Amino acid sequence: MTPSRQFSVQVEVLLRDGIADPQGATIERALPALGLDGVTGVRAGKSFRFDLDATDDADALAQATVVADRLLANPVIEESVVRVQPQGIVD
Amino acid sequence: MGQRIGVVLFPGTNCEHDAVLALDRMGADAGLVWHGTTSLDHYDALVLPGGFAHGDYLRPGAIARFSPVMDAVADFAASGGPVVGICNGFQVLTEAGLLPGALQKNRGLRFVCTTVAIRVERGDTALTDGVPVGTVLSIPINHFEGNYTCDAATLAQLRDEGRVVLRYVDNPNGSVDDIAGVCSAGRNVVGLMPHPERASDPLLGSQDGLVLLRALLRSAGAVVPAA
Repeated sequence: MTPSRQFSVQVEVLLRDGIADPQGATIERALPALGLDGVTGVRAGKSFRFDLDATDDADALAQATVVADRLLANPVIEESVVRVQPQGIVD
Repeated sequence: MGQRIGVVLFPGTNCEHDAVLALDRMGADAGLVWHGTTSLDHYDALVLPGGFAHGDYLRPGAIARFSPVMDAVADFAASGGPVVGICNGFQVLTEAGLLPGALQKNRGLRFVCTTVAIRVERGDTALTDGVPVGTVLSIPINHFEGNYTCDAATLAQLRDEGRVVLRYVDNPNGSVDDIAGVCSAGRNVVGLMPHPERASDPLLGSQDGLVLLRALLRSAGAVVPAA
């Protein structure tokens, strides 16, 4: 049996380009109050972290992508970025 | 006994009794359906009422989509049964893929709780059967994520196929094309953000919701007086 490894996963979910992001826009408008006038392109989103067991990097990415696409993001309005990082050998 | 209407109760739903009461007072035999139920064969129509199913965690409707009852709701819809999602129920139906598009946060990040005018755009859906096109109804809305959105191709398809069921007269939340309610290709699944059950008695300030609920009972097979 192929030994599985544990992977750390981070999924970032952001609104798609073209979908209004009033939260990001509101944050951006607040920044001049800090004396920062050059901050642009603020986007508000969500970040998720979890661990999973997988046989290799490709398997980990495939599993994490299912989680991201089927649950964490609504593809109608959101897009996700998935990152996986190997941790160690699991029995 | 009137038509049997199943009102689906998720953990966090909070408009179920309003819906049952409004329907029962019209002569229907409405009852609650727990979200763990897997058989809905004995109902004539289903209502997914408003609230905060599963706490609205992640996104409204995102977790409710995985409730056991949803497979049965999908089967019921596929067999042509009338299914109406009100507010959070509309969000659940979009997340479940039974209706197109998505409900995002209101324009300006503003929670809206008010009574609005909505115009009936189609008289041939499960919720508007026999209602004259152009009828304007006064019905409450109460939501944070009611800003209907979809991609351009989907919007064109909804228009071409006459699936925009209800429009706001004065857009309160930024919904694309003033959309307040849409239906499935089969016209038997309808989702809307306004709450017809909250406009079902003079004491509530409007009885206009009865126009829609009456149409739902007609779709469910009931013989309902016109007014």
